[in-house]
Amino acid sequence: MFSFVVRRVIYLVIVLLILSFLTYLLFFGGNPGNIAAQVVGRNATAAQIANTRIRLGLNHSLLYQWWHYVTQAVFHGNLGTDFQNQEPVITEIKQALPVTASLTIGGAILWMLLGIPIGIQSATKPRSIRDRLSTIFALTFLSIPSFVLGLVMLYFLFFDLTDHAHLHWFPSGTYVPITQNVGQWFVHMILPWISIALVSAAVYTRLMRASLLDVLGEDYIRTARAKGLPRRTVLFKHGVRAALSPIVTQFGLDIGTLLGGAVITEQVFSLQGIGKLSLTSLFSKNLPVVSGTILLGAAFIVIFNAIVDVLYAVLDPRVRLS
Amino acid sequence: MPLFEVQDLRVTFHTDDGDVRAVQGMSFSLDRGETLGIVGESGSGKSVSTQTVVGLVNGAEVSGSAVFDGVDLLQASEKTMRGLRGESISMIFQDPLTSLHPLYKVGDQIAEAVKAHRKISRSDARARAVQLLRDVGIPNPEGRAREYPHKFSGGMRQRAMIAMALALEPKMLIADEPTTALDVTVQAQILDLIERLRTEHQTAVILITHDMGVVAEVADKVVVMYAGRPVEVADTRSLFTEPHHPYTQGLLRSIPAFAARLDKLEAIPGAPPSLMVEQTGCPFAPRCPHVVTACTTSVPPLEPAGSAPGHLSACIRSRHAVGVDATDGSAGQSAPSGESTSWKGSASV
Ligand SMILES: Nc1ncnc2c1ncn2[C@@H]1O[C@H](COP(=O)(O)OP(=O)(O)OP(=O)(O)O)[C@@H](O)[C@H]1O
Ligand SMILES: [Mg+2]
Repeated sequence: MFSFVVRRVIYLVIVLLILSFLTYLLFFGGNPGNIAAQVVGRNATAAQIANTRIRLGLNHSLLYQWWHYVTQAVFHGNLGTDFQNQEPVITEIKQALPVTASLTIGGAILWMLLGIPIGIQSATKPRSIRDRLSTIFALTFLSIPSFVLGLVMLYFLFFDLTDHAHLHWFPSGTYVPITQNVGQWFVHMILPWISIALVSAAVYTRLMRASLLDVLGEDYIRTARAKGLPRRTVLFKHGVRAALSPIVTQFGLDIGTLLGGAVITEQVFSLQGIGKLSLTSLFSKNLPVVSGTILLGAAFIVIFNAIVDVLYAVLDPRVRLS
Repeated sequence: MPLFEVQDLRVTFHTDDGDVRAVQGMSFSLDRGETLGIVGESGSGKSVSTQTVVGLVNGAEVSGSAVFDGVDLLQASEKTMRGLRGESISMIFQDPLTSLHPLYKVGDQIAEAVKAHRKISRSDARARAVQLLRDVGIPNPEGRAREYPHKFSGGMRQRAMIAMALALEPKMLIADEPTTALDVTVQAQILDLIERLRTEHQTAVILITHDMGVVAEVADKVVVMYAGRPVEVADTRSLFTEPHHPYTQGLLRSIPAFAARLDKLEAIPGAPPSLMVEQTGCPFAPRCPHVVTACTTSVPPLEPAGSAPGHLSACIRSRHAVGVDATDGSAGQSAPSGESTSWKGSASV
């Protein structure tokens, strides 16, 4: 276990180094002078642009800038300084992360609560009415992009209800920190959660159904029934338990990806999360912030992959960490 | 009254490609302490018929009756069946490698079988599991009980399955090719184990096998299945000395000293008929060396054949089969003589 963690940490460091370098490389594939001009604003003089170039360190070589960034990140832990407002990037990430984390965790709970039971249901009675209904549910939401779903919900459940029916079920405004007011935090997150969860729930329904159907056809399920165990024990202890591995993999990947920013959903519901942060900084050529959000996303994916591997070994005695 | 009596069992699977008539009129009976061998080629319906009667086959159309200890298993509620399975009727399956749950410790899986039917504490159930593993000859049972199935060899897994099946000293054990996947020495040990159970606890045993040698050694009586039907039913001695059905004769003729397995030897030319097509004549007719026109007009029923009481055969020739065999002679002569080792084993049964 210890050597597994050490190896994964080394792996993470290498991935982050390569990624940060690639970010710099891609970014400077353009014209650094141009970047400085964009940062100062439209009516800047040539002198101002030159000054800005020096201030932002854009006059140095690409390699030097990258190395400077890396040492800054390592020794000051600030992930560089925002080109625009001179804030440490880490401060901005710290502000955005709780929003994205709220969205991700709440959404994940919701889609698991929806997807897993429906998937189990339809696997236990394949070809039944319920199975067909759940297939229709899954296919419907699988074929709707989540931002369309978000916009539709926003329109009907928010604007329509509020403006026409005068029902203030869902509040206006955006994110309220959980530390400030739990109730407000919750009601403000409901629509974003639903919009993220419905699509994923469909994915998990399909996944759970397929995996459980496979397992229920296994010989050891017949053995469990031959022992005279109650139905539920056979289904859950022997069936569902053995069908979890693909779910865990998908879940780890989804959480890791989402924590790196749900760009579209955050945009639709104007949530100031990581996704929104990376999008804005990309448009304003705010290199340190772009780089920071990319590295954060990559780190989450690597870390959650490692967690999935650990969970695998915990779930299945045949799997060894290596 | 016999412990278990199956009458005219029929099992049909309705599939997208059509109806599969997997079992068509299976009948047999079994007393306490008796061993019934079921033999037949792959796909002849041995597993389906036995698993249907204990309610382990899903989604098939089933008819007939299977009365166990006064209860018709085909009519019984799921609750009744759950109470019987594992407690009064145990099963050992064909493939020991996949029959144990990969994610639970072997000891816990056996303990679970005990706990399903007895109100005993966890630790008592564990202790019982260790005892059972010791009984079936697994070395270091305490340690082994805490291991997962993937650490067990095939033979050990089958022993563990047997330990599980024996946990509650069932009245009837259904062993579906318990030794097919195992090597010969392990095979003999497993058969000994089943035999011991039968003598010590008066357990009735249904032994499904491809191996005529095994049948000769342990079975009291035999059902020979062909394409979902029983074609010959007899006590073991009578079946080996006086086989009436041409299929049985073919089986015996093709197996030197009863030692080889049916599936390994291309014994009888041709292949069994498709189960998707309704049979209008004797299912064996296309492969039968003695076929006559009458064979193809109706399916011959199981009828008394020969001199031994209870010897049944589903062949129109069986009515005068003794005469046929006397003139034909081949079956009687090619059946192994008393000197065969397997046969000596069976003589003591
Ligand atoms: N669920 C099912 N759906 C459709 N057909 C099935 C199903 N289960 C079994 N069958 C068919 O029923 C027939 C009998 O199968 P069964 O497993 O009883 O054969 P068997 O005599 O046990 O063979 P083997 O010696 O290979 O174990 C086969 O043709 C099989 O394909
Ligand atoms: Mg079988």
